[in-house]
Amino acid sequence: MPALPLDEAGKYVAGAYVVFLALILIYVAIIGAKIARIDREISELAGEDEE
Amino acid sequence: MYSKGLAPLAAATVVTITAAFAMVFFYAPNDADQGFIQKIFYVHVPMAIVALGGFVAGGVFAIRHLRSGDPSWDLRSYVAIHMSIILGVGVLITGAIWAKASWGHWWVWDEPVLVSFLVVFLLYCVYYPLRFSIEDPGRQARYSSVFAITAGAFVPLNFAAVRMAESFTHPRVLSQTGGSMPGDMRLTFLVALLGMTLLFVTLWKLELTAKHASMQLKRMRNRARVAA
Repeated sequence: MPALPLDEAGKYVAGAYVVFLALILIYVAIIGAKIARIDREISELAGEDEE
Repeated sequence: MYSKGLAPLAAATVVTITAAFAMVFFYAPNDADQGFIQKIFYVHVPMAIVALGGFVAGGVFAIRHLRSGDPSWDLRSYVAIHMSIILGVGVLITGAIWAKASWGHWWVWDEPVLVSFLVVFLLYCVYYPLRFSIEDPGRQARYSSVFAITAGAFVPLNFAAVRMAESFTHPRVLSQTGGSMPGDMRLTFLVALLGMTLLFVTLWKLELTAKHASMQLKRMRNRARVAA
């Protein structure tokens, strides 16, 4: 099969790299939210302890 | 405990991946046969190699867990497999995009490299229901470790079987003699592989840190409940 022209191949290449970046960003966002929740709960627990 | 060295590791990951992507688009030449579409290779193949390496690492950590009985090795094994599953999703999607652009089909069932990766991926998808169907933490860790070792041994066997299979469609770009890649393409590929490996280790450590903090929080809560 001959190589695709640049304008057509570009869409596929961009798609592949966007999938990779989106996957990593979604994962980091989920872990970030999880760490923020743990941090908040530790602060609450420390607050209860002080009371 | 797990967060030691995480910040410099994350910085090294960002620098390496940025350098790799810059090399992909500004340094590595277009492939003579596939043209610009071959640029997908630099994200798809390193991701596949690192995902398979992560599955094997999960098996190695599981061996250490069974030998020592230390649950932290089970946690390391679980997170390595979890990270590899996430990268595996990326491998399957980017592979499908590459297949559509190169062969005109999103998926080719008679291509051993694609199908074997799917088999490995689906095998590891079984890990989650197996792990979370067991409530007792000790048994959960032991059974998960046995699975991780068995499946981890299957990964290199599967890889060798595919290598031995003859194929006319999937490009054989890596071999013991260096394959058919010219020097600038090989260098770009190696930087991309290094970046992907650093990314895996960074996210693995990040997830371990989050899981460890979550477990400590649970322990603190239980202690507070008992004290009250």
